[in-house]
Amino acid sequence: MKTIQSTGVVLAIDNIDTDQIIPAKFLKSTEKSGFGKHLFANWRYKKNGNPNPDFALNMDQHNSSILITGNNFGCGSSREHAAWAISDYGIKAIISSQFADIFKGNALNNDILPIALKSEDVSLLMHQIAQNPKTKIEVNINQQTVEINESNFSFNKGFEIDPLKKKFIVEGIGDLEFLLSIQKEIETFENSHVV
Amino acid sequence: MSGTIIDKIWDQHVVKAVTEGVDALYIDTHYIHEVTSPQAFTGLNDRGQKVFRPKQTIATADHNVPTVDQHLTIKNELSLNQVNTLIKNCVDHNIELFGIGHEKNGIVHVIGPENGLTLPGMTIVCGDSHTSTHGAFGTIAFGIGTSQVEHVLSTQCLLLGRPKTMRIEVNGKLGKGVEAKDVALYIISQLGTEGATGHFVEFAGTVFENFSMEERMTVCNMSIEMGAKGGLVGIDQTTIDYIKKRIDHLSDKKIKSWKLLNSSSDACFDQVIELEASTITPMITTGTSPDTGINITSNVNSTSRNSDKGLNYMQIEKNEVLIGKSIDYVFIGSCTNGRIEDLRKVAEIAKHRKKADHVTVWIVPGSNQVRNQAIAEGLDVIFKDAGFEFREPGCSACLAMNEDKIPSGALCISTSNRNFEGRQGDGARTILASPITAAAAAIKGEITDPRTYLN
Ligand code: SF4
Repeated sequence: MKTIQSTGVVLAIDNIDTDQIIPAKFLKSTEKSGFGKHLFANWRYKKNGNPNPDFALNMDQHNSSILITGNNFGCGSSREHAAWAISDYGIKAIISSQFADIFKGNALNNDILPIALKSEDVSLLMHQIAQNPKTKIEVNINQQTVEINESNFSFNKGFEIDPLKKKFIVEGIGDLEFLLSIQKEIETFENSHVV
Repeated sequence: MSGTIIDKIWDQHVVKAVTEGVDALYIDTHYIHEVTSPQAFTGLNDRGQKVFRPKQTIATADHNVPTVDQHLTIKNELSLNQVNTLIKNCVDHNIELFGIGHEKNGIVHVIGPENGLTLPGMTIVCGDSHTSTHGAFGTIAFGIGTSQVEHVLSTQCLLLGRPKTMRIEVNGKLGKGVEAKDVALYIISQLGTEGATGHFVEFAGTVFENFSMEERMTVCNMSIEMGAKGGLVGIDQTTIDYIKKRIDHLSDKKIKSWKLLNSSSDACFDQVIELEASTITPMITTGTSPDTGINITSNVNSTSRNSDKGLNYMQIEKNEVLIGKSIDYVFIGSCTNGRIEDLRKVAEIAKHRKKADHVTVWIVPGSNQVRNQAIAEGLDVIFKDAGFEFREPGCSACLAMNEDKIPSGALCISTSNRNFEGRQGDGARTILASPITAAAAAIKGEITDPRTYLN
């Protein structure tokens, strides 16, 4: 994965917790797949199970794979089901002014890019999408930029990503492969480590 | 040794500095439960790998388990499947399991400490955000996702960026009826749910020095509610005394090495926050985020952390005073406040009193040991006489994955740690408070200042 090009869908709510991303009643599965239909279930569906027409994801006509959201996204529980649900739904990048730590790690482990921008830049993006939902956003991982080049709006901001995580994402490697490759060193460490 | 306790423990566990920012960190103890581990075992099984260090992983069933008639089969098929999957994985991989009915069964963050498995200076992880609870023992303890559970099962290590450090000092004397839970809710109300993001926190100051281990656990538990990766308290005589009761042969040399881990007086933290104990009062939350706590006697307006969405959901007015507000449910339990000292305090208020008729009260001990201890002390009789239901251990209505759900629209005072929308059941409204505030509300049937029930 090197670039993501998509429209954006906006959820302008701060402190969206993992219980909202995927409510606990859906955590009884022993699989990693199939969570996308339950993403934001309590907001996305009405009590009778029909889609809530006022919810942002249901109004998004462009199947956006970039979610733009309020501050402190993903706070609360460590459930990776939140990341699985987001990825299964088709979201590849999330733009917020801050992410909760465990969620951020889970997102990266599932090839979802958590992109932290200044809150004023997040607001700018939200405003632009409200004006023109067709706005094309390009996320370039190599250059670590979020770019928009519309006739009446241009936007180009850099974002931070840990260099090792970036390398892993670009090359499609996981933490696990790396850790398995240093098993000898782990065993050597254990020989001198006392608990 | 100079430095913070956080850095010192971290340094002792670095297997390899992979890049300037990222270390391969060794994990001493790994706790697992039925909800966040199955997919990790599937990963190992698919690769044909066995768990690398099975003796360093301990399992319990807690999130899904019923809290009545635990000796019967779990009714919900999916819950049953999850618990059975855990049993099978533990058998296949030689992992010790404290399953349902086992004398050591209970909530993962209650059983680790009470069985002497959580010890100072360790790195501890679990696929559960409230793993920070174990920080009370001077450990680096934090929640991880299921991918990372697989990493630990496979290699006993994680790839992690070194955290920033924060010290939160609370000095002075707490007033009557002000509990560890109130201290936690107060700190969170000051910092916000994102205030400590990216940091490990050391809690310090006279308030923490005077706290029991269980009180320290209550505050460390809620580190995640201030956004922290984890929170811990330094190692002192209180720590040692607690551990001595639970493990044999604790050498002086070991104790000395633990104490050397404490932050030096010149230790440098990325952030230091100082709070005054006398300003803390019994607290209750008002919205759908744990940082919306207020002094129980204040107006909701006294916090600016509420969103309209949260207040709407709670059906609480911006300028409301919540004292006197009728409640429907009381939940006393969870890894925050489901320990024996919590139950003793609840019993003190419940003794010779009866719950209000319209209120349902569930007392769910954090473990079988807590439950058995409560019974040995006769607390169960006090609860029964007061009309409280004293149940079997588990996470229960903290996250409502079992049958214990608060009905839609009902208002619940809960000693758990999260008041998120729907956390305790679809449409359930949650107010977080200390065990004595919850107990007082159970008796009066409305939100009440617990100090009026104390002698
Ligand atoms: S009691 Fe609640 S917070 Fe604690 S581990 Fe169980 S579900 Fe999580």
